[in-house]
Amino acid sequence: MVTTTAGLGEHPPGGEEPAPFLSATGIVKSFGPVHVLRGVDFAIRPGTVTALVGDNGAGKTTLIKGLAGIQPFDAGRVQFEGREVHIDSPRAAAELGIEVVYQDLALCDNLDIVQNMFLGRELHRGVTLDEAAMEHRAGETLRGLSVRTVSSLRQQVAQLSGGQRQTVAIARAVLWNRKVVILDEPTAALGVAQTEQVLALVRELRSAGLGVVIISHNLQDVFAVADLIYVLYLGTMTACLPAAQTTPGEVVEYITGGRTAAQDA
Amino acid sequence: MANGMASPTEQSGTMATAEEPGYLRSGQQDGLRGGLVRLRSGDMGSLPALIGLVVLVILFALLRPTFLTPLNFANFFTQAALVMILAMGLVFVLLLGEIDLSAGVTSGVAAAILAVLIQKQGVAWPIAVTAALASGIAIGLFIGMMVARIGVPSFVVTLALFLGLQGLVLVIIGEGGNIRITEPVILAIQNRNLPPLLGWVFYAIVVVGYLTAALLGRRQRLVRGFPATPLLTILAKAAVLALLGFGMVWVLNLERSINPAKNPLSGVPIIVPIIALLTIVFWFLLNRTAFGRHIYAVGGNVEAARRAGISISYVRIVCFCICSGTAAFAGLVYASRAASVDPNAGRFVVLSAVAAAVIGGTSLFGGRGRIQDALIGGAVVAVIDNGMGLLGYSAGTKLMITGGVLMLAASADALSRRRRLTGG
Repeated sequence: MVTTTAGLGEHPPGGEEPAPFLSATGIVKSFGPVHVLRGVDFAIRPGTVTALVGDNGAGKTTLIKGLAGIQPFDAGRVQFEGREVHIDSPRAAAELGIEVVYQDLALCDNLDIVQNMFLGRELHRGVTLDEAAMEHRAGETLRGLSVRTVSSLRQQVAQLSGGQRQTVAIARAVLWNRKVVILDEPTAALGVAQTEQVLALVRELRSAGLGVVIISHNLQDVFAVADLIYVLYLGTMTACLPAAQTTPGEVVEYITGGRTAAQDA
Repeated sequence: MANGMASPTEQSGTMATAEEPGYLRSGQQDGLRGGLVRLRSGDMGSLPALIGLVVLVILFALLRPTFLTPLNFANFFTQAALVMILAMGLVFVLLLGEIDLSAGVTSGVAAAILAVLIQKQGVAWPIAVTAALASGIAIGLFIGMMVARIGVPSFVVTLALFLGLQGLVLVIIGEGGNIRITEPVILAIQNRNLPPLLGWVFYAIVVVGYLTAALLGRRQRLVRGFPATPLLTILAKAAVLALLGFGMVWVLNLERSINPAKNPLSGVPIIVPIIALLTIVFWFLLNRTAFGRHIYAVGGNVEAARRAGISISYVRIVCFCICSGTAAFAGLVYASRAASVDPNAGRFVVLSAVAAAVIGGTSLFGGRGRIQDALIGGAVVAVIDNGMGLLGYSAGTKLMITGGVLMLAASADALSRRRRLTGG
């Protein structure tokens, strides 16, 4: 089932890029008779924004859920920093340093920013919560990301705009020195100005040396931040294109299956 | 015990340079300014209940002068205790967006077990009390398992228990129908008072304790160069607490007996420090521990809590145990006040307790509520009951009015939730 695709994995475009944080090869995943991923190769590099595009049902979510440990793959190899790993639970993914920010963000409206960022991983001082330490670290993290859009760390999330919520969710993901942050449709529900905020945040993550994966239907946003664009088509990775050397038109052709790796070669 | 209610924060100056993002300076957004923001977003908390309480007290005082006598003031606490304690337990399950309709009859079961063990089996009271509380926790464990592991809605589980446990009370108490309580320790809970001097000691502990906790919390923030609650705000709050407490203890220490020569009667009812202690313990659990934080998270967004690695089942089961355990304790209070246990024990009180929590500002939709809500709402329910009783209204009228107030509070809760959802 393994198909050869254009410029994947071992042949990074541009030549002297750093070794990938994560490289997946020959990934296969089926749900009963439905083959969702048919031998997919994928890589996430430090300081690189990798876009994962594809039409609905192409397998983007399945690939991400596998890397996040929610639905382990049926077959294939996953290496993290050169070591072979088995990501079989969300905890395992977190221990490696992989964090996923889902489209629904998973924030508690009735808690404030600090409480959300530390939810489930609260800092303690004896038996009590160490609010000052948590507030301090949350503030440092947001400042490190050059976030200027929230007015108070103790604001309830219910009072935040869509872009601010996305910011909080991303900040929570990088709070724990993550290496890889996967963003699922981060700009889907946002207006123009808020989209720009989030894209600026993505660039901050890149310059901090993180490996960022962004899943999006919006090619304008993809071209605005991505270094590499991976295209999934019906469970096969049909293209890996350096954003600087391709056009939205070409990417759309790959997404819709109008052009395949074979034709390309 | 205010919720870390800071206010406009002190400009501590350590990091307040012009280019710094605002959030690094702004600290906790509670208190006056934060309160206004919350009000506008439709989150009214216990403000309506507090206003209602003041209005009711003024109204009843004008209509019936005996309402404001020391005797009635002391009676008010013993009357309100049962509803307040039950409501405190219910806050834990309401915060999860669940309900426990069996809390009242759970207290009935605990009271029945207590009565049978002490009065019929001759068991020492500490063992009987332990058994009664354990029965409550066991019931909570059962409810929690049914809800969290099997997935039966809590409404249905506890409705079934509401019926089933009434039967259990009948079986425990037996054909006799009514067991008198004569154990002095149990009777003391609702019928004895602190000696006046001890009342003042209790007062001093509460005020000094509050001030110490607030100042220590402030220091902890300042030491790290963090903006903290202004000293003036803390002192002002402590002063209000000290003043109100002083008035309360002073009035309760007055001679209030109808016949002072024969039966002198004065002092803070023992139930008052018991409720205060329970409030502090529960407040601490909800506001200062990770478990409390997780309760709010589960009530606010179950999926978010699950993804954050919180065990939803564990939180649910423990909250039902806390609720039923507290209900069992309320059963001891009930037995003490009535000085007897009958098969109807706790049958009707649960809706008053739910009403109390909701009137106080705890949301039926989960995620919003405080332990203080149970006290404030319980006070409203008890004042209506007490005042209308003095005015000579029948039990029927009182029930209808309390039902109407619950309806009002629940509507306000639903409307404010809608406003939050649409207001974004």
